[in-house]
Amino acid sequence: MTNIASQDKQTPPALSRPVVNASAAATANRPDAKSKIVAKDVDFYYGDFHALKKINIVVPEHQVTALIGPSGCGKSTFLRTLNRMNDLIDGTRLTGSITLDGADIYDRSREVVGLRKQVGMVFQKPNPFPMTIFDNICYGPRIHGIRNRKLLDEVVERTLRGAALWDEVKDKLHKSAFALSGGQQQRLCIARVLAVEPDVILMDEPCSALDPNSTFRIEQLMEDLRGHYTIVIVTHNMQQAARVSQQTGFFLRGELREFDDTSTIFTNPSDEETEAYVSGRFG
Amino acid sequence: MVNNTTTVKPHRSNVTRRKIANRIMLTLCMLASVAAVTVLGLVLFFLISKGFSSINVKFFTQLPNHVDEKAGGMSQSIYGTLVLLGLASVIGLPLGILGGIYQLEAKGKFASAVRFFTDVLNGIPSIVIGIFVYAVWVAPIAKLHPGTGYSAFAGGFALGIMMIPTIMRTTEEILKLVPFSMREASLGLGATRWRTMWSVVLPSARGGVITGIMLALARIAGETAPLLFTILGNEFFVTHKVYGIKVPTLTAPIDALPLRIYNYATAVDPEQQRMAWAGAVVLITLILVLSIAARAATRGKVLEEK
Amino acid sequence: MTTTPINAPAASPASPKKLVFPKASFSILYGDRIYAAITFLASLSIFGIIVWLAVQLSQASGASIHKFGWSYITQSNWDETKDIYGILPYIFGTLYSSFLALLIAVPISIGSAVFLSELAPKWLRTPMTFLIELLAAIPSVVYGLWGIFVMLPWLKTHVMNPISHAHPHNKFALWLFDVFFSGNPYGPSMLAAGLILSIMVIPFITAVTRDILKAIPRSQREGSYALGATQWETISQVVFPYAKSGIVGAVMLGLGRALGETMAVTMLIGNQSPGTPTGISFSLFQPGYTMASALANKFTEAAQGINTSALAEIGLVLFFVTIVVNMAARLLVFYTAKDVAGGK
Repeated sequence: MTNIASQDKQTPPALSRPVVNASAAATANRPDAKSKIVAKDVDFYYGDFHALKKINIVVPEHQVTALIGPSGCGKSTFLRTLNRMNDLIDGTRLTGSITLDGADIYDRSREVVGLRKQVGMVFQKPNPFPMTIFDNICYGPRIHGIRNRKLLDEVVERTLRGAALWDEVKDKLHKSAFALSGGQQQRLCIARVLAVEPDVILMDEPCSALDPNSTFRIEQLMEDLRGHYTIVIVTHNMQQAARVSQQTGFFLRGELREFDDTSTIFTNPSDEETEAYVSGRFG
Repeated sequence: MVNNTTTVKPHRSNVTRRKIANRIMLTLCMLASVAAVTVLGLVLFFLISKGFSSINVKFFTQLPNHVDEKAGGMSQSIYGTLVLLGLASVIGLPLGILGGIYQLEAKGKFASAVRFFTDVLNGIPSIVIGIFVYAVWVAPIAKLHPGTGYSAFAGGFALGIMMIPTIMRTTEEILKLVPFSMREASLGLGATRWRTMWSVVLPSARGGVITGIMLALARIAGETAPLLFTILGNEFFVTHKVYGIKVPTLTAPIDALPLRIYNYATAVDPEQQRMAWAGAVVLITLILVLSIAARAATRGKVLEEK
Repeated sequence: MTTTPINAPAASPASPKKLVFPKASFSILYGDRIYAAITFLASLSIFGIIVWLAVQLSQASGASIHKFGWSYITQSNWDETKDIYGILPYIFGTLYSSFLALLIAVPISIGSAVFLSELAPKWLRTPMTFLIELLAAIPSVVYGLWGIFVMLPWLKTHVMNPISHAHPHNKFALWLFDVFFSGNPYGPSMLAAGLILSIMVIPFITAVTRDILKAIPRSQREGSYALGATQWETISQVVFPYAKSGIVGAVMLGLGRALGETMAVTMLIGNQSPGTPTGISFSLFQPGYTMASALANKFTEAAQGINTSALAEIGLVLFFVTIVVNMAARLLVFYTAKDVAGGK
């Protein structure tokens, strides 16, 4: 591990990818990437607790953006403001604005249901429904009004292939989703999100409950999905952030301390505490 | 040396005393629960020994026969109890389950107040509900049409009111056991709250909700006090025809097992007393079947894996 | 890093937009508002019922309240022929029978709860709990039946008769007999009512107490054991103080049950005045009334008018008494549970 870490420092893993990181400039300034989500001066409170402080961030389309930072730094909270999952928690309050494709997602006229369809979420622990694999996938399309069985069959196959799970489960589509392993369940949850055809997929530490092998497969999957979806991932694991993301934001005590190309964050961060964190000195 | 022994000795006897006190108190605790269970044994023993022999096919198929009690039965009481349970469910189930769902979804002061007063309502004696239904239903109707008022409707209404708080609390308790992550997953896919409840939460908790319903039914099946004021009791089936199908006349007095048991138990005729015991066995069996089935339905597990 | 095969460009899984979703339907756009409204209304039924109960019972007992005022609860005469109604003896009977019931039930219930939550081996806990819950499931009228035909004869021959025939010599015993054991031991009596009530509240108090004891964190007990305390010392000096107000709440819930319990009491208490001028007697062997039993017993023969109104007022009094007792009890249980949870 130390070997990889040190290697990271010299040759950022991102370099092996063609698309990103040719320049060290922050995404916000880069003309080639369309900005998908723009957060402006976002403050967020749980009751009296000031959980997010003046967050400004621009998430580019069709890339993977990683949010890192120590526990309780606000990265998960921020992620959950992006599809308004925090609405479910009592006594929360948000100021500032978050736009998706230019439209304010906290606008009064905005239907949260439609937003969450557009911005899907994968949770820390795999949380399949107590239904069959097939019904798990179809749940989303069905609630959004698709009833045609043939169409649903296609969706199931396509999304399971998309989540690299098809070959493993194609013979037991009508078995309980609980019969799958943890890693398979998580990929099922990803497939389930794909089935509602979102633009953005939020991932809240999707691998923290998984073994290394499953983690590897899910990282690979993210790479596959990247061209079509905007992905925002919260992770504890800095190697993971370095491996999968093109942009990285470092959160600390409710603030976004630094947001830049992943290579910059991991090789040449401008913030001292960012450097301390990514080099493993705290966190 | 001498000093040593003198200090050690009282210490030792102290330990012994404490140990004895411990033993005594723990034994008393055990005896207390043995006593409670013994009472149960005594009740069940006498029920079976006094009532079981009087149960036969006639008991379930015949009306009371006061010339020859042995030839009669309590079919109208059993039937009446089932009708009343049905009527009570019509009121109690929707309100109870919907209210329980509200208690799960809602937070804040008002929701806690609802929860609190649900418990309080649960503690109001059934006889108070009885006199209430008498005042609000039976008496006004009797005023309009003398000789009427006491009815299956009134009884079902009283029992239904008693069902609401019971069902509400158990429903909330059961739904709470469905992991929040499950609801999150559904909401995260853009499902509405009602859809999440209907398609994810309720199916996951189905067994538990059914348990709650059966326990509530078991509880009200044995209620007598509210019936004194509402159904009057009778010894016939009162039916009328709707489109040629016989249906119970819900506006007429109806009988119920517990009420019949009460009437017979306080009667002087030993044959009727014997019938009371038999009725009690049937009632208890109904209640036990409901509550044991309720437990078997869940076995402490909410989420069943297919 | 060479092991990372994620170099290749996306293997074109699903180009995302393939489905054509219909426009958000009515149920998606407005379903949640309707859902919130319906469930809210259903929960309002609780308040609706309580308020309706209070209003309706007050109305029904209006004539009686107007005519008798406070004398209704302070005087002892209930005379249908003269249309004078006072329920002091019923109030006394209710309190006295409930007190007797708690006197017997509390130690047994707490003992059972301790046994179930602290002492019983695991394999015994579930069946024992189930049996005690069964005890709670037996309907009141069945207890009444059992009481009349099994308990009363036994009480009469093995308890009441021997005591009545005893001839105490010292003064204290004489006084005791005079107060508690006077009168002929016919059978139906305060004693019988108190006993049957105690049997009926035991499972209830036991269940609530057990839940409270179970909620106390292990760490509390371990702390005590680590200091060398015996099991009983731990229970009495650590567990009980911790659970004190919750247990009091459980007992009060039992009290609430006992106060309003109707059928079994009606069948066993005699429904007769004990014969004293005030209608009040502490003798366990004398018959009596409780509010609930008087209501159940007199209702069938009641005449319309002030008589029914006076009966309805019994219901009203019972309603307020039990609501106060239950609220106090629930608050105690609620705050203990909160403290316990907070103490973790």
